[in-house]
Amino acid sequence: MEKNMNNAQKYWQANIRLVIGCLLVWFIVSFGCGILFVNQLNAFRLGGYQLGFWFAQQGSIYIFVALIFFYAWRMNQLDRKFNVEEA
Amino acid sequence: MTNLMITTYLVVGATFALYLYIAVKSRAKNTGEFYVAGKGVHPVLNGMATGADWMSAASFISMAGMLAMGGYDASAYLMGWTGGYCLLAMLLAPYLRKYGKFTVPEFIGDRFYSQTARFVAILCLIIASLTYVIGQMKGIGVAFSRFMEMPFDVGLFIGMAIVFVYAVLGGMKGVTYTQIAQYVVLIFAYTIPAIFISIQLTGNPLPQLGLGSTLTGSEGVYLLDKLDKIVVDLGFTAYTAQKGSTLNIFLLTMSLMIGTAGLPHVITRFFTVPKVKDARSSAGWALVFIAILYTTAPAVGAMARLNLTNTIQTGEIGSPEGNLSIEERPQWMLNWEKTGLLSFEDKNGDGKIQYYSDNGLTSAETDLAKALKDGGDVTAAQAKVDTATAKHAESKFAGFGWKGNEMDKIDNDIMVLANPEIAKLPNWVIALVAAGGIAAALSTAAGLLLAISSAISHDLLKGMIAKNIDDKTELMAGRIAMAGAILVAGYLGLNPPGFAAQVVALAFGLAASSIFPAIMMGIFVKRMNSAGAICGMLAGIGSTLLYIFWYKGFMFIASTAMAPDNAANWLYGISPGSFGAVGALINFAVAFAVSSFTKPPPEHIQHLIEDIRVPSGAGAAQSH
Repeated sequence: MEKNMNNAQKYWQANIRLVIGCLLVWFIVSFGCGILFVNQLNAFRLGGYQLGFWFAQQGSIYIFVALIFFYAWRMNQLDRKFNVEEA
Repeated sequence: MTNLMITTYLVVGATFALYLYIAVKSRAKNTGEFYVAGKGVHPVLNGMATGADWMSAASFISMAGMLAMGGYDASAYLMGWTGGYCLLAMLLAPYLRKYGKFTVPEFIGDRFYSQTARFVAILCLIIASLTYVIGQMKGIGVAFSRFMEMPFDVGLFIGMAIVFVYAVLGGMKGVTYTQIAQYVVLIFAYTIPAIFISIQLTGNPLPQLGLGSTLTGSEGVYLLDKLDKIVVDLGFTAYTAQKGSTLNIFLLTMSLMIGTAGLPHVITRFFTVPKVKDARSSAGWALVFIAILYTTAPAVGAMARLNLTNTIQTGEIGSPEGNLSIEERPQWMLNWEKTGLLSFEDKNGDGKIQYYSDNGLTSAETDLAKALKDGGDVTAAQAKVDTATAKHAESKFAGFGWKGNEMDKIDNDIMVLANPEIAKLPNWVIALVAAGGIAAALSTAAGLLLAISSAISHDLLKGMIAKNIDDKTELMAGRIAMAGAILVAGYLGLNPPGFAAQVVALAFGLAASSIFPAIMMGIFVKRMNSAGAICGMLAGIGSTLLYIFWYKGFMFIASTAMAPDNAANWLYGISPGSFGAVGALINFAVAFAVSSFTKPPPEHIQHLIEDIRVPSGAGAAQSH
């Protein structure tokens, strides 16, 4: 029981670390690149887009999608590693 | 009847036949099917259904127009309404799926071992969903009346009847499969005109790339640069430049994200997949399907703004031949003038239309006319007109003989609705846009109505009033609650309360400040107890409601507003629509404070939390 608890706690810690990492990226691409530093980034260009504007209206959304799939993939790995998969 | 009208009736009729066919095929046999489609929906299909559930009449019809007129500032809606899915995928959906029950209030009531908490959650859910559904009902009526020339109320009744059939018969099961069909209809309807327009302007078939491309026949001038230049020349702020305060854009984005993750009709969709890991991936698929529309919308908006401006400003600014002659205005303008979405006034009597920024002269004149009519503050309104007139007289536009912006009204909705006509696309595309707009409104309405009816039959009736009713009785109660919710929503759609336009801010504010923090703390903070959660929710809703009502009037009765609703009066420049994030913060702070000096939750709750944190074990057994 004690060992089992530790396993569950370790799993939860690994989960929290992953979530914090993902949400950091989430924050940087939207609030960082798209809002707080949009004017600085607009000095650079991506084709016809100013870079900050691109993050605000396109880039952040693509990265959100990738982020969720990355999270789902990593969580499935963690589920297996800690042996807590659903039957 | 014109050819276009016949095509529209055929296309819309065909989609309705499809929805009804699905309704008959997917009747719900028990409460499990009625509330959560028997937890058997494939994650990709659930993603599609979530896309339709989420993308409302506002996303489909109004968002591109908001972008066209707001430029960069409207990015808050794009990021806010998509970024919320990251929060949903990582902080809520998998754990709620593991918990395996039917509704959001049920989780809150169980986790905080309190009927009071459940009741507060029911209240938040019903207010948020009901206010949101009014807009959808209006959207259905509007789509019918504009495209099919039917009276608004007839359109609304037809929409109600369709939803009635598949939602009452099939519950979540019927709603899910019709939403999948509706997603397909609405995404084709949205992207096909966008692809055509992108090809016409830039030669690139992908609108997402077209927006970053050069204009055809322009020798390397980028579309966005051209748009920036043309609007600045006409006195507007550059399209890609920021207009509002950074703090307000930041908080609006945050409020919309948290609100999105906290809207019950979206959360419930993730109860319908078979496993925890499906809930994670399904959120990703949902965002894929949503992103197809949300990354197209900025292109539709910018291209529509460019097309509109070029249509009116045909040549050099200031030259007598530079503007569109009223006599020669295109057919689509005539068509949409009839609907009242578009109107102009030849103020300087030159027989041509000028569309430019006149330093607020036109809006000041409108305010003055309104004040004279409704008995407002005429002196203040007159002073504003005088200031704007003086400013305008000094501008270069006065030198051209222009006497104010002549485009009195360009409704946001026109950017999507008139797009196929502006781009001269065939009739079937216009008919498809009609079917898409109706699909977007119907699918969101059905999802919201389902959330409301489950809260009534499962949480209020079975959970609090009559705990002993059997499954069959509860299923019947669910159907009756659904029928009742449709009637109430229909009534509110026909007689929208004066505040209908404000309710989106209210729905998101409530979801952000009450439901999201409560669920999140329920999962991530073991020590959070019932007293903390209840006080937190009440403080969150209370502060958000107070802030919205302060500027919009109590219960949205404008005369009871405590301060004028503009940036100069807002606390730190925070608009009422952006306050949800602050409300959420207040919720968290109060909850932590109260729980720290009250008793920790009992042991069985601690076990419950440990259980929902891991995917394995007892998941299936929990579903009744």
